[in-house]
Amino acid sequence: MKKQVNRLEHNARLNRRKSIRFWFDNRVYEGYEGDTLASALLANDVHLVGRSFKYHRPRGIYTAGSEEPNALVQLEEKAYTEPNRRATEVELYEGLIAHSQNCWPSRRFDLGAVNSWFSRILPAGFYYKTFMWPASFWMTYEKYIRKAAGLGHSPTEPDPHFYDKTYTHCDVLVIGGGPAGIEAAIAAGQTGCRVILADEKSEFGGMLLSENILINGMPCHDWVDNRIDRLKAMSNVVLLNRTTVTGYYDYNFLVANQRVSEHLGPRISVNSPKERLWKIRTKQVVMATGAIERPLVFADNDRPGIMLASAIRSYINRYSTLPGKNCVILTNNDSAYHAALDIADEGGQVGIIDIRTNPNGAMVESAVSRGIWILANNAITGVGYSRGRLRYIEAMELSDDGLKVVGTKQRMLCDLVGVSGGWNPTVHLFSQSKGKLRFDENHHCFLADQPSPNNPAVLAGSCRATWFPKECMREGHEAGCEAAKCAGFDAFPETDEIKTVQLEYAPQRPLWILPGSHPIGQGRTKHFHELHNDATIGDIQLAVREGYESVEHLKRYTTTGMGTDQGKTSNLNALAALSEIRSLPIPDLGVTTFRPPYTPLTMGSIVGHDCGELFLQIRKTPMHPWHDQAHAVYEDVGDWKRPRYFPLGNETMHAAVQRECRQVRQSGGLLDASTLGKIDLQGRDTRRLLNMLYTNAWDKLQIGRCRYGLMLNEHGMVFDDGVTTRIGEDHYHMTTTTGGAARVMSWIEEWLQTEWPELEVYATSVTEQWAVASLNGPNAAAVLQELTDIPLDEESFPFMSMREGKVAGIPARVFRISFTGELSYEINVPARHGLVLWEQLTETGRKYDICPYGTESMHVLRAEKGFIIVGQDTDGTVTPMDLGMGWLVSRKKQDFLGKRSFDRTDTSRSGRKQLVGLLTENPEFVLPEGAHVVSELKASPPMDMLGHITSSYMSPNVGRSIAMALLKDGFNLKGQTLDVPLMNGTSQRVNVTDPSFLTD
Amino acid sequence: MFLIKCPWCGYRDQTEFSAQGEAHIVRPEDPYQLDEEQWGDYLFFRKNPKGIHHERWVHSHGCRRWFNVIRDTATDHIHATYRPDEPIPELSSEETSKPA
Ligand SMILES: [Zn+2]
Repeated sequence: MKKQVNRLEHNARLNRRKSIRFWFDNRVYEGYEGDTLASALLANDVHLVGRSFKYHRPRGIYTAGSEEPNALVQLEEKAYTEPNRRATEVELYEGLIAHSQNCWPSRRFDLGAVNSWFSRILPAGFYYKTFMWPASFWMTYEKYIRKAAGLGHSPTEPDPHFYDKTYTHCDVLVIGGGPAGIEAAIAAGQTGCRVILADEKSEFGGMLLSENILINGMPCHDWVDNRIDRLKAMSNVVLLNRTTVTGYYDYNFLVANQRVSEHLGPRISVNSPKERLWKIRTKQVVMATGAIERPLVFADNDRPGIMLASAIRSYINRYSTLPGKNCVILTNNDSAYHAALDIADEGGQVGIIDIRTNPNGAMVESAVSRGIWILANNAITGVGYSRGRLRYIEAMELSDDGLKVVGTKQRMLCDLVGVSGGWNPTVHLFSQSKGKLRFDENHHCFLADQPSPNNPAVLAGSCRATWFPKECMREGHEAGCEAAKCAGFDAFPETDEIKTVQLEYAPQRPLWILPGSHPIGQGRTKHFHELHNDATIGDIQLAVREGYESVEHLKRYTTTGMGTDQGKTSNLNALAALSEIRSLPIPDLGVTTFRPPYTPLTMGSIVGHDCGELFLQIRKTPMHPWHDQAHAVYEDVGDWKRPRYFPLGNETMHAAVQRECRQVRQSGGLLDASTLGKIDLQGRDTRRLLNMLYTNAWDKLQIGRCRYGLMLNEHGMVFDDGVTTRIGEDHYHMTTTTGGAARVMSWIEEWLQTEWPELEVYATSVTEQWAVASLNGPNAAAVLQELTDIPLDEESFPFMSMREGKVAGIPARVFRISFTGELSYEINVPARHGLVLWEQLTETGRKYDICPYGTESMHVLRAEKGFIIVGQDTDGTVTPMDLGMGWLVSRKKQDFLGKRSFDRTDTSRSGRKQLVGLLTENPEFVLPEGAHVVSELKASPPMDMLGHITSSYMSPNVGRSIAMALLKDGFNLKGQTLDVPLMNGTSQRVNVTDPSFLTD
Repeated sequence: MFLIKCPWCGYRDQTEFSAQGEAHIVRPEDPYQLDEEQWGDYLFFRKNPKGIHHERWVHSHGCRRWFNVIRDTATDHIHATYRPDEPIPELSSEETSKPA
């Protein structure tokens, strides 16, 4: 194992007593607890970590945080594997395995790099243009293109981890645990309000962990530890580290993803949730989200060994790693001078190329006094790279306007370049909250402007372009006080005086796209503004040439900002380039809205526990255990599991259904009808309500009698049907279709609450309170009589009536209604007795040759009689008249829901689709449901369609196939012969009949 | 996600509610007094403003009560919620003139 050659003396935030072994591309390395994969690789002098998305160019580590566009790795293997993980965020654990992406056969020798040589034929918009070639061409080449361009690979095995979700409320949510966020949380916490402090990193401290300044005479890392200890002592403060606030939605609803146990490694973390999704509703938000350094774009700026200046500071001060020997800082501003000073402090060779014409001021003096060389008014025009390492850079003097380089080329040895083009405040969440952004001409960045009225936000620290720690802390304190006050807590928190030494910054030079020795977009070098998706300034030029001038078009055409990093380091430089090309100021170009999530979420985190059995609620009837024992085959009806058929032995579905249907009509059958919707209606105005809900009249219904009704919407279209029974003077029992139960309940509530509040009606869903066994067939009465005292003779218990009594010793309501056309009793008992009732009925039924039957037979049996199923034979465009059920529409009633619409021109016109029966000329052939019916058969489509088949079965009782269809002017077509063309090119001749096939 | 004040239950998450379209559409006392166009308006035509909108919501996973909401469709700001039997609350001129 190689030594960690780039480790520094000091411990920084590492636990140097705990070394950790890990594998990268099948080689073993060593790092320390506290390292990220990126810092450990850099400590081991590994600069080349992968290949780029499109051109397969060698790439290294560019940042030290979640903004990383380059160092994406395939983490772990097999079921544990995860693609596109940013090495800068992956915490090191014992045995970690990572692989570089986009490399084949290896990171150092990659065949895909030929894309780089052919880059002229892989320009921006390549994929879109490819789609416009003949489709067959795309089909041929897609798999090769997809293989060549792409990121990591998805796991193919089930995820062994589990994920958690939690909801919480707080008064103040502080996002970002840097100097501003910490002080905000302390201030708010002191008022006694409920505070959550969330930070995406493993440790709180933010930029202070990448610093080496003194605060009140104390090293800033110790200062952070003290402040966090103080927060830990507050019982009203919840500290969520490793937690990224990814989404900011209306009314201060925020979503945060906590990486609970990933840092322990997958084999340990299977026993606790891997991630937890927090859904937080908070009264107030403090955004202390910090800032991300902005790169400078120059020739071949994507080579390994080139990174943000701030990243170098993080690796030195937090991770005790100086990833190079000969370092150059390329900057347009003063902040990057700190990186040079840090490198010098650690004994590294360092110089500064400052693109400003005459850099001066306190920072410059401080660098000069340390013996750091400064090359002013120069730009890097090229870099030398070979075998995984940066070798040298070339610099030339900038012209006055900064658009060209002049003079002679200087070459200098260099293996690490730190770049800085200033800072972009992290306003992503503010933008997500529908806050408006404005472009600030002084800081050359977007800043929060107008907050959304629903999400008043307080910002503090560098996310509002406040750069120095001392001011960030003061702002944080003020923001914490303000937020607590707005949340109703106005105790006055104490302030601590803070002393730091801070040198003032001179202004930056507003130039980000640096010229090369050739005009940009020409020659062999490339200027990458977008590292993740391999987009160059040349691509932006091309996009504008081809007319994609608007930011939204440019973004899609060049794929800028569309990678997994969402362009955190590229968006503003793309705007700067567009601004230069189009000679328009950036504010005139507009900015695209930031959208959630801030960083990618795993599907596991979004799903949480809602998978497997917990994905969807399963509803089972009380008789379900019996069905299980009888080996029922189930059908999903809404959330219900309903027995579809009860096969005997190896019986096929067809054989079982034919047997069940025959048996029901010959002797008898038993159906579990518990899923039928049931609504209990009480109150003196119930009858008036029924008169409005149903098409027929309810005034004369006697107590103990049942009536079938069709329910229409205001358009006059059928949307539910069922039998309603008068139980008492003002008491009714309504049944609905299984699927329509909730809809009908809502429908009744809506009218009662919004339109007819004067009606006294109480509607209660009792679907799950009653278990229902539907006993059908010639032997039904004989079976039932053995179990009940209720007289069943025709006179005392006629059709369409209800009797209360005991069945099998259980209090029951027995309805003599029928959906099969046979003698039938629907026996309702309290749900808890459903199973006993069912057992008694099947037991007693055995000697009467009663079989259980399922929904499939139920469908066939009702179709034999021409009974409709709402939702199958209707589709929301069918009136009672279209169904041939006009006899159910009262002529006497003044009004009911849907009645007025019968007179609409469209509802009363001729040529509407009407329900008819169809008999195929070949009695063995069962038409497919959904097939179209035509009057004139042609060799191929299009053909004029008359309508479609709604129901179709092989009927054992009719002795042939039967079907129902909705056909244009169907009633007038009866007796005619039509054709049904089929998918396989053949067709069937059919005769149009009444939709009733079995006459008594 | 909205935080909606149910007039009966208080503030609850949007996930507990369902939106039910434009409010204050009264079912005609006698539908046959309406000609075809007027009946068509009642059935099909709905406002779709950018800005202040009166809409019906129902607390479907709560008390199951219907109520009305005044919402700005451009900002999603909820100005008021009120019961069906309450008069439409007056918005201050400042509220109604808020830029979208
Ligand atoms: Zn409520």
